[in-house]
Amino acid sequence: MSQQSPDAAVLDEEGGGSSASVINDFSIQVATVNGSGSQSANLVLMRSIFRMGIPVSGKNLFPSNIAGLPTWFTIRANKDGWTARRKEIDILVAMNPATAREDVLDLEPGRVVVYEDRLNLSELRSDVIFYPVPFAKLATEITTDSRLRKLLANMLYVGVVGELMGIETQEIDAAIRKQFKGKKKAVELNMQAIAIGIRYTREHIRKIDPFRCERMDKTAGKIIIDGNAACALGAMFAGVTVATWYPITPSSSLCESLEGYMKRYRHDQDGKATYAIVQAEDELAAVGMAIGAGWAGARSMTATSGPGISLMSEFVGLAYYAEIPLVIFDITRVGPSTGLPTRTQQSDILSLALLSHGDTRHVVIIPGTVEECFSLSLEAFNLAEELQTPVFVMSDLDLGMNNWMADPFQLPTRPLRRGKVLSAEDLAEAGEFGRYRDVDGDAIPYRTLPGTDHPLAAYFTRGSGHDADAKYSERADDYVNNMNRLKRKYDTARSMAPAPVVHDDPDARVGLVAFGTSDVAVGESRVQLEREYGVRTRYLRLRALPFTAELDAFIDRCDRVYVIEQNRDAQMSMLMKMELPVERIGKLRSVLHYSGLPIDARFITDELIAAERKENG
Amino acid sequence: MSTTTTPPRTNRLGLGIGEYKGGDSTLCAGCGHDAITSQLIRAFWEYGVEPQRVAKLSGIGCSSKTPAYFLRQSHGFNSVHGRMPAVGTGAMLANRDLVAVGISGDGDSASIGLGQFCHLLRRNVPMIYIIENNGVYGLTKGQFSATADYGSKSKGGALNDLPAIDVCALALEMGCNFVARSFAGDPKQLVALIKAAISHRGTVLLDVVSPCVTFNNHEGSTKSYPFAKQHEELLHEISYVPFFEQIEVDYEEGSVVDVEMHDGSRVRLRKTERDYDPTDKAAALAMLMRTNHDEELLTGLIYINEGQPDFLASLDLCETPLARLGSEAVVPGESALHEVMESLT
Repeated sequence: MSQQSPDAAVLDEEGGGSSASVINDFSIQVATVNGSGSQSANLVLMRSIFRMGIPVSGKNLFPSNIAGLPTWFTIRANKDGWTARRKEIDILVAMNPATAREDVLDLEPGRVVVYEDRLNLSELRSDVIFYPVPFAKLATEITTDSRLRKLLANMLYVGVVGELMGIETQEIDAAIRKQFKGKKKAVELNMQAIAIGIRYTREHIRKIDPFRCERMDKTAGKIIIDGNAACALGAMFAGVTVATWYPITPSSSLCESLEGYMKRYRHDQDGKATYAIVQAEDELAAVGMAIGAGWAGARSMTATSGPGISLMSEFVGLAYYAEIPLVIFDITRVGPSTGLPTRTQQSDILSLALLSHGDTRHVVIIPGTVEECFSLSLEAFNLAEELQTPVFVMSDLDLGMNNWMADPFQLPTRPLRRGKVLSAEDLAEAGEFGRYRDVDGDAIPYRTLPGTDHPLAAYFTRGSGHDADAKYSERADDYVNNMNRLKRKYDTARSMAPAPVVHDDPDARVGLVAFGTSDVAVGESRVQLEREYGVRTRYLRLRALPFTAELDAFIDRCDRVYVIEQNRDAQMSMLMKMELPVERIGKLRSVLHYSGLPIDARFITDELIAAERKENG
Repeated sequence: MSTTTTPPRTNRLGLGIGEYKGGDSTLCAGCGHDAITSQLIRAFWEYGVEPQRVAKLSGIGCSSKTPAYFLRQSHGFNSVHGRMPAVGTGAMLANRDLVAVGISGDGDSASIGLGQFCHLLRRNVPMIYIIENNGVYGLTKGQFSATADYGSKSKGGALNDLPAIDVCALALEMGCNFVARSFAGDPKQLVALIKAAISHRGTVLLDVVSPCVTFNNHEGSTKSYPFAKQHEELLHEISYVPFFEQIEVDYEEGSVVDVEMHDGSRVRLRKTERDYDPTDKAAALAMLMRTNHDEELLTGLIYINEGQPDFLASLDLCETPLARLGSEAVVPGESALHEVMESLT
């Protein structure tokens, strides 16, 4: 049995251990039980690699459950900065008896398993490298408290993996101090666990795998943040004053982060709040409050995910038709229905574009990085008020809840844009006011806020038919004129929405279009395509609906365009087909990933090459 | 022929009652809702509320059309069915200086909007919430609503086989601090209650039985004019003494109860044959249960608990309405961003 010789790694000769080292390019997966307190350990491990100067990301693959079900945390370190999910795992830390067997069998040959030695995993196969560690037993050396022992067993594997990979102890210690900031006892206990893990590894494990960390300088000055916190910061620095929400995974942490930041930074000189954050009774109320607040002149927002978007549909139609600004964050998850609440997908885009009954078109902002979660969320508030319409910010679970590296955020140099709001003085000067008149020819009307002290200020807001002066009307011409103006307003939005990011290549005939979190996987795939197959690509990343002129021009430059999406039905492609000229539509192909796991570069490369082979006969 | 012109009467702001009117009603002639609209106009005029400070809110239904018929100088918002409480809550979060008047109906509040109605009350959002209660869906031609009494008869002759939701009892359960019921055919009581409502801080629930002359005014209806007139049971005679008009009238010892409102106004309750204490919530619930059982239409100030903090107080909001804060007040500086970024390295 393996326990008889715990010192020796078990390894098949041909299976693994090529003599060449693999430096700063690996994925670690920690398999634990939900609720076991492993998150701190995982973050410490990730952050200590980050502190070694190596680009890194951390993804939590978790169940919809409080405690007891399996959960996996994946850390990807990559010297070139490719930190999208990678399918292959190089180092598995198997702490969960329930999944250990399957996790080990899923590994590619030559990979590494660090595991609780009571699990007897080394019998499963002979072509991977096993490092058994008696975690439970080692934890008894630290404390007799059984609850603490469980938590500290997690930190032990950080010590073991750190030592195996050559992560500097001082960086692990620094990461621990950050993680348990201000909690002296916790810092001490965890450092002790790290030291025991390191000592055990030095004394009992002979390293024969090739994966290693070496210090580099690619993370100096960088930050690590999740997209939801970045969106929250964008909202705070946009000056949001009313945020109303209903808890739903994976968006809850957006408003919770916002509350944390606002408590710290948003008080007047008397210590009173310059904001209101309200947990509503459901998503209907959440969006209704944000609409009421937007109508009354606040910068307002709500945050939700797919099921909440479905519920908000009627209200969003009202805000579109009555022209009320607000920002709605949709942190998408896997649908339809409850779907996979803790997995990622981009399957709401078609709903968002057209949400609500009747003819409706919405502005959707699509950040692809945590930096854009900040800057484009901030911009969304400007657009909502300038355009007087609901603006969606569509992020997803992968971007929203996982940890990403970025350059520190910068405040925009442009001041806030609050749109066309008439004050009492403006009204006195103008001498007339019609709420839905197109005075400036851009189809954006002027509005007044309740409480404006002028007899001309009041108007009646309604979701029923209205004329240019907001009077109730069922007249055909009033209805058509108003709907046509709303359509023209959407065209005005084309010149204001964030333009796509285009990576052009004059020699490439194949084009890629993607959006949101697919970005980092697409970037890596483009390198694979060129390096491994000699296929050069142009790449356009959409950052908003409505589409801007760049999209049409981009497709025109390509022979074929692969629209890469994380949904089954090629939803973005459908939206493109609704608008593009027919000669462009014929060029569109799709690469679709919708398993609930974040898209990875290898998937895109394989799919695209297979498709290209068919194209080229 | 001689013409005599009497100068129009004005309120304390110098405004005539015409300044408080709205557009022409498009409801059926004789609709109870129009009577309520008239008393709203009168109450707001008599109190002297600045029309520009008022936000009128409604959902969907006959009742929800009425904000177009009063206070034309106030912003109005006719929102979606049953969801006006959320819109009103948001508006009050944005601008705490507004006086919010929500007009709803029994379908809007007791069926599709029951959840939002309950949570509005529970939060104690500052708003005068009036339910124009006729027990029937008028705009869709006469279906029973959830406040229709058990055993009452529809225009088509069907008997209602479900119990009624008593919105006043529900409001008490939800923690509402001002619960009253009135009848569209009792203008004196109604106008006093609306003025008292303006003086209250927090949610006011005013349930007004408002007969639907087209679909629910027949024999067998318990929300008809004849039924209400016959069965109305006054808890007390109500009068209202505004803070700017301290008129002293001597009453017989023990015959009146004065309730001091937070703005200094007083609601004067003159006893009828019953001895009723509107500050006793348990007694209020018991009274509603008994009178519902006896098929009496109990009207008056059912419950009042002055001086409770409203929702905005619990949020510790700044004095300036959030909607009026400039960028300098709502955008933390460069140093704040720098501090956050430092914590993430």
